Amino acid sequence: MSVLASARRHGRESVAWYGGLGLLAVRAARNLRLPPSYLVIVAREIDVIGVRSLVVAMTAALFTGMVLALQTAVNMARFGAENYVGPVVALSILRELGPVLTAILVGGKVASGITAELGSMKVTEQIDALRAIGVNYVKKLIVPRILAALVVFPLVTIMADAAGLVGGMLIAVFDRDIDSYLYWNTISYWVVMKDFLTGIAKSVVFGVLITLIGCYNGLETTGGTEGLGRSTTDTVVQVAMAVIVSDFFLTKLFLLLFW
Amino acid sequence: MASVIEPLVELRDVRKSFERKDVLTGVSFALRKGTTLAVMGGSGSGKTVLLRITDGLIRPDDGQVSLFGMRIERMGEEAMLPIRKRAGFVFQGAALFDSLSVFENVAYPLREHTRRSLGEISDRVHRFLSLVGMPGTDELMPAELSGGMRKRVGIARALVMEPEVVFFDEPTAGLDPTNARLVAELIATLRAGVCDTAIVVTHDVEFANMVADQMAILHRGRFADMGTPGEIRASSNPDVRRFLAGELRED
Repeated sequence: MSVLASARRHGRESVAWYGGLGLLAVRAARNLRLPPSYLVIVAREIDVIGVRSLVVAMTAALFTGMVLALQTAVNMARFGAENYVGPVVALSILRELGPVLTAILVGGKVASGITAELGSMKVTEQIDALRAIGVNYVKKLIVPRILAALVVFPLVTIMADAAGLVGGMLIAVFDRDIDSYLYWNTISYWVVMKDFLTGIAKSVVFGVLITLIGCYNGLETTGGTEGLGRSTTDTVVQVAMAVIVSDFFLTKLFLLLFW
Repeated sequence: MASVIEPLVELRDVRKSFERKDVLTGVSFALRKGTTLAVMGGSGSGKTVLLRITDGLIRPDDGQVSLFGMRIERMGEEAMLPIRKRAGFVFQGAALFDSLSVFENVAYPLREHTRRSLGEISDRVHRFLSLVGMPGTDELMPAELSGGMRKRVGIARALVMEPEVVFFDEPTAGLDPTNARLVAELIATLRAGVCDTAIVVTHDVEFANMVADQMAILHRGRFADMGTPGEIRASSNPDVRRFLAGELRED
């Protein structure tokens, strides 16, 4: 009985969470137009989210490219296709690993930071203070972060893609003695713009989703500092899950639309 | 034609519950310009919820809420913003923006809602900081302030736009007796000037006596009695007698 009650409560909370996230998305969409003075906040958020996340994303992508090149080269050598290591690395990085890894790594960092900041504002009544002053807190706190994410996530993903391809090349050239010209030439032959663009489109969706989750969990924080810790850790898990699950549906959608 | 002065704030049969706990079970009152109403009651009696409903920060489950003659109980957040600009709200914990200095906290409403020059903003902020007894504290951060100082800055921020009505949430709670008295005296002084219409939520009877024209005792989600301080002191209502004797408890 208690298991059933717990499942029911969990189900109710999940529905409320998805509903709340959807409503926040709608409110953000309705408030997308910002007054010019708020653009400074967008610029500051781009700095906070983007510049400080670049090294993490590029390092992860570099080593992922290297591992991919090692694994594919070793295994494809078994049936004489070692020369195709470039396209395999490039397709994996551009279509999947670049946007997904960036979203999980940068997203976890960014979203938990947003949750912590907004959550502490919530529990100290600073968000209510904004509302009481007559300030639209969605325009002030949520929309600038979403706009910043729309700029930053694709840009960081492009940089991560580049790092991943270079990582793959380093292994191909120095470890597997594949000619660098061959590596890039096979990539440019087999990889088309669509592969790159679908990855970037994913990063845009991930960026918005991640920021919304971070903001929503921050705004819903209750229970003082203990509640703040809980919502911050929830954010990290939910961001990773949201990226992985939405990645499947986005991949399926893009294959249907563009294949 | 006879002129009828509309109340600035009017609540009719307002009800609110949280997770099956009835917090307000039918509160009604009207507040006219130039009046200060003190809402008193024990901890958990729903005073803060009532104040938040009055400023449109929380929606009631039932009943009518009018602010400046406009019905706000079902109004959306965006539509509420210009109405809230006309009211000031002093939070129990001051709710200062902790990343901004004292000056920037008080200047915040002016920067958001007016196109005044930096000089004009600065003059006005300094005038209000002096008014609350906090001159020369511009550069201090909220973390560097004592509880009493925070409340004063919170009051300056709520008053800087010269609102038509001010809502005070437990302005003396959590302060030592000296600071509580100073804040109470400040609010009593402000009544003669920039803040003549207010709702003050408090459990402090002495403070309520200092500032209020009207008093109400909130018990079991509704006003047990409402009247002038003299009427409340002379009230025969058993809940009011028990509250004044310090014996009233919320269930």
